Amino acid sequence: MTSIGTGYDLSVSTYSPDGRVFQVEYAEKAVDNSGTAIGLRVKGGVVLAVEKIKHSRLLVPHSNRRIMTAGRHIGVASAGWMSDTRHLVKRTRDEASHYHGTYKANIPAKIIAERMGMYIQAYTLYSSVRPFGVSTILATVDVDGPQLYMIEPSGQYMGYRGCAAGKGKQAAKTEIEKLDLDNLSVRDALKEAARIIYAVHDETKDKLFELELSWVCAESNGLHTHVPQDVFDEAVEYAEKANDDDDDDEEMEDDDL
Amino acid sequence: MSTLKPGEVSMGTTIMAVEFDGGVVLGADSRTTTGAYIANRVTDKLTKVHDRIYCCRSGSAADTQAIADIVKYHLDMYTAQHGEAPTVKVAASLFQEICYQNKGGLMAGIIIAGYDERDGASVYDIPLGGSLHREPFSVGGSGSSYIYGYCDKVFRPDMTKEECVEFVKNTVSLAMTRDGSSGGVVRLAVIDKDGVERMFVPGNQLPVQYLG
Repeated sequence: MTSIGTGYDLSVSTYSPDGRVFQVEYAEKAVDNSGTAIGLRVKGGVVLAVEKIKHSRLLVPHSNRRIMTAGRHIGVASAGWMSDTRHLVKRTRDEASHYHGTYKANIPAKIIAERMGMYIQAYTLYSSVRPFGVSTILATVDVDGPQLYMIEPSGQYMGYRGCAAGKGKQAAKTEIEKLDLDNLSVRDALKEAARIIYAVHDETKDKLFELELSWVCAESNGLHTHVPQDVFDEAVEYAEKANDDDDDDEEMEDDDL
Repeated sequence: MSTLKPGEVSMGTTIMAVEFDGGVVLGADSRTTTGAYIANRVTDKLTKVHDRIYCCRSGSAADTQAIADIVKYHLDMYTAQHGEAPTVKVAASLFQEICYQNKGGLMAGIIIAGYDERDGASVYDIPLGGSLHREPFSVGGSGSSYIYGYCDKVFRPDMTKEECVEFVKNTVSLAMTRDGSSGGVVRLAVIDKDGVERMFVPGNQLPVQYLG
């Protein structure tokens, strides 16, 4: 970074002369080191998929989940520090529950996104705190239908049809852009999400990983849940086949040379 | 359980609201008393809390005015934050929260009725303990005990707007003649997707009934 040694990156309460807050950018770097997380908003639902990188074979399968439920209809997938994520998920749950207590209605996506955005942004203002090293993807179905939001460490939040965070986000976004999201079924979206996670996974850098898949849709009764095993297996089968075919194509191209 | 303090203004009241296809009709008498003295004989007990959401107030005038003011504030905040009008259910939930959390200190029986784009027309009742009930029609206040039988006999779920207005006029004026704490004029409000229409029946033009 050009400004190393200038002292402008020591605190979140100091701007650099060109108007940046380096501590926030470092938090974004922390997110970029994480396994990829993606969200797809399609016809009738939202799906989340995460590439959970494992540092040991001894970890129990399905432990340390990176997709969590923050309210009956709210799913959270994150890229970045898991400890920060758990804190944010607790806050999301508290906000959702408080809203329901007041209005006796499920919190709409844009409201929970706004409140979490405000919360995360508050950690970019004071020298006594560090920004969250997490990009949070919120998936819900509310009164207006399926919704997908992503909140950055800066507190910036936006609504998406498809989004990605983590080390494979560029490749994942390229793949998501090729999809016809508005006409994709939830089941097909799960398959595509699994395929994208498998495709962006870098075998040479991270050997072990576990795919996590969740959905909020009519088939899950409007609730956010991890997908059932048969649906999961079907998506993985599709992902492995699609990626094998890709590998074959690449080999054929090599033959041509 | 709270009672009126010496000198506190009470709305020994008759209030009601009825749902029809696409709207609601609210009605109330107009008597406010301090003991035997009629403090106001033309009170308006139908209070606006949002563009298309009104409440009928019964119990302590001070308590119900304060609650309505607080709910009105929260609904304005809701509108600003959500970028759309609240549902009647949201308004009713706010009333309930206040009535339940402060049940020991309040004298308030409130009916909330209105129209919203999501759920259409709806009527909610919050009686003394702070519970919340959605009903096709609701009556409240001291006068209501005299007219439950009449309501059960006359009410039909498929009434038109005009039939509902007649139903409310008749019911409220029947209660007003039997209940000593209700009287004066009948005030009405009709709320549907086009807006709110306020109506008024003077005390000398109430529906004809047995007065013996």
